[in-house]
Amino acid sequence: MNGSLLEIENLSVSYRGEDGSVFTAASEVSLSLNRGESLCIVGESGSGKSSVAMSVPRLLPSPPAFWPQGRILFDGKDILAMSPKELRSVRARRIGVVFQDPIGSLSPLHRIGDQLAETLFLHCDVSRSAARATALEWLHKVGIPEPEQRLKAYPHELSGGMQQRVMIAMALMLGPDLIIADEPTTALDVTVQSQILSLMRSLVGKDSALLLITHDLGVVAKMASKLAVMKDGRVIETADDVSAFFANPSHPHSRALVAEARKMEL
Amino acid sequence: MILEVENLRIEFAFDGKVSVPVRGVSFSVPKAGRTALVGESGCGKTLTALAVGSLLDRAKISGDIKLNGRVAYVFQNPMQSLDPVMRVGKQIEEGMEKGLSRDARRAQMEQLLESVGLPRECARKYPCELSGGQQQRVMIASALAQSPKLLIADEPTTALDVTTQKEVLDLIRRIADEREMAVLLITHNLGLVSRYSDYVNVMYAGQIVESGAVKSVLSNPRHPYTKGLLAAVPRIDAPRDAPLVDIPGTVPPPWAWPEGCAFHPRCPQATKECSSPLFKKCPCLTDYEQF
Repeated sequence: MNGSLLEIENLSVSYRGEDGSVFTAASEVSLSLNRGESLCIVGESGSGKSSVAMSVPRLLPSPPAFWPQGRILFDGKDILAMSPKELRSVRARRIGVVFQDPIGSLSPLHRIGDQLAETLFLHCDVSRSAARATALEWLHKVGIPEPEQRLKAYPHELSGGMQQRVMIAMALMLGPDLIIADEPTTALDVTVQSQILSLMRSLVGKDSALLLITHDLGVVAKMASKLAVMKDGRVIETADDVSAFFANPSHPHSRALVAEARKMEL
Repeated sequence: MILEVENLRIEFAFDGKVSVPVRGVSFSVPKAGRTALVGESGCGKTLTALAVGSLLDRAKISGDIKLNGRVAYVFQNPMQSLDPVMRVGKQIEEGMEKGLSRDARRAQMEQLLESVGLPRECARKYPCELSGGQQQRVMIASALAQSPKLLIADEPTTALDVTTQKEVLDLIRRIADEREMAVLLITHNLGLVSRYSDYVNVMYAGQIVESGAVKSVLSNPRHPYTKGLLAAVPRIDAPRDAPLVDIPGTVPPPWAWPEGCAFHPRCPQATKECSSPLFKKCPCLTDYEQF
């Protein structure tokens, strides 16, 4: 296979308001990501990082979102030009997404086990009992204690960290090539954050890639093999060597971010 | 002291069972001082804070809370604390003393908006029209409208991004200085404590396990829980392949807190004595003058 797993070329993401006005959240963004790599996009809220990341699985409601220019090549195919059917299969089987807010992403009315099994049912040809067995296996893999009992639990019966583990299981159980995680630990305690980051690090292997959105440079240091800094919708700096970046960020805004983060450290 | 809490115990009864999520907490906040309560969710920090302002219903509270002045709160999620269908100016005015004229309230409200760094026009807006950082500024303004002597900031910036987080915390610090207002900061992030507090109390499973001046606790943490919390904060300069030091597991619910030291099942340094019902004090703390 030639080329990157994910190649974002000159992408702009805009939103059209009800009154016809256009707001551009990201402009002329180009990024690439290969298997075995973890790319962190960092930036303040409003920098356009989530708009770019959520354009990849096309999870932005459109309208209002639209893409005035650019391509998102996933394994060489432009996601923005895919038919709904193609898109559905790519989204489900090849791209897994973990959101910041697990309780907003899980159905409150269905048991954890049923939600996990549904993912398998919908996208793979498996029996009910096989789906259940796989769900159980994944709850175990993401470190949920007493997984048999947890299968029967509703999301609200789990802690935030446990809910996020379920989300990770759901995103990874179909063996996606690309995992997109948008601030996956922002809502969690530092101790749980540390556990979840370790878990993600151990589960994202050589054959898959991670696109991680975060505002926390400490998380970048822990997770990224390369990074892009966004500000006001543009990529202002990219780095393939993360520790070199921290030692010597070149853009003034990156310098400010790093200096700030250092000040907040102990 | 603006606040003295002695041996606070909070008890809930439900389904015929009794749960004691706060068990014997003592700490104080000096006048115009900056104190922090640190620990994971589920350790009783917020309950302790709510007990200070008598905001707990249905709980059986014992111990002593001496509060010498008014207390106001800023909570984690401004959207849950603000009324979505009331203009923010009105919400800020709600906390003011009764008996002020309309004009006086308005003038004071505008002054408060200004002091938290928001333009006057914000008064006419609804919370949903503001960003998270702006909403939190509104929360601070409405807390200040009550002229508190103590501000309890309960995870005030957890939902905000780093830059906004710092702005909001710096704002609280500046305002606290100007008004000689004490701040009790509640957070799970020891990283924030170094910058915004002078004295820290580390809480686990409803008890304070370590406390002291921020500088000495952070540079020389004794309790394994404090050490674990410190290690969990991701750092820029840690090499990527450095082994991750995790505190395994999570805080059990109050009805499942183990005998002995409640932290012992998660503690890398636990010995047999730590699980004994006779356990009194963490051996790692023995040479340490505290409490």
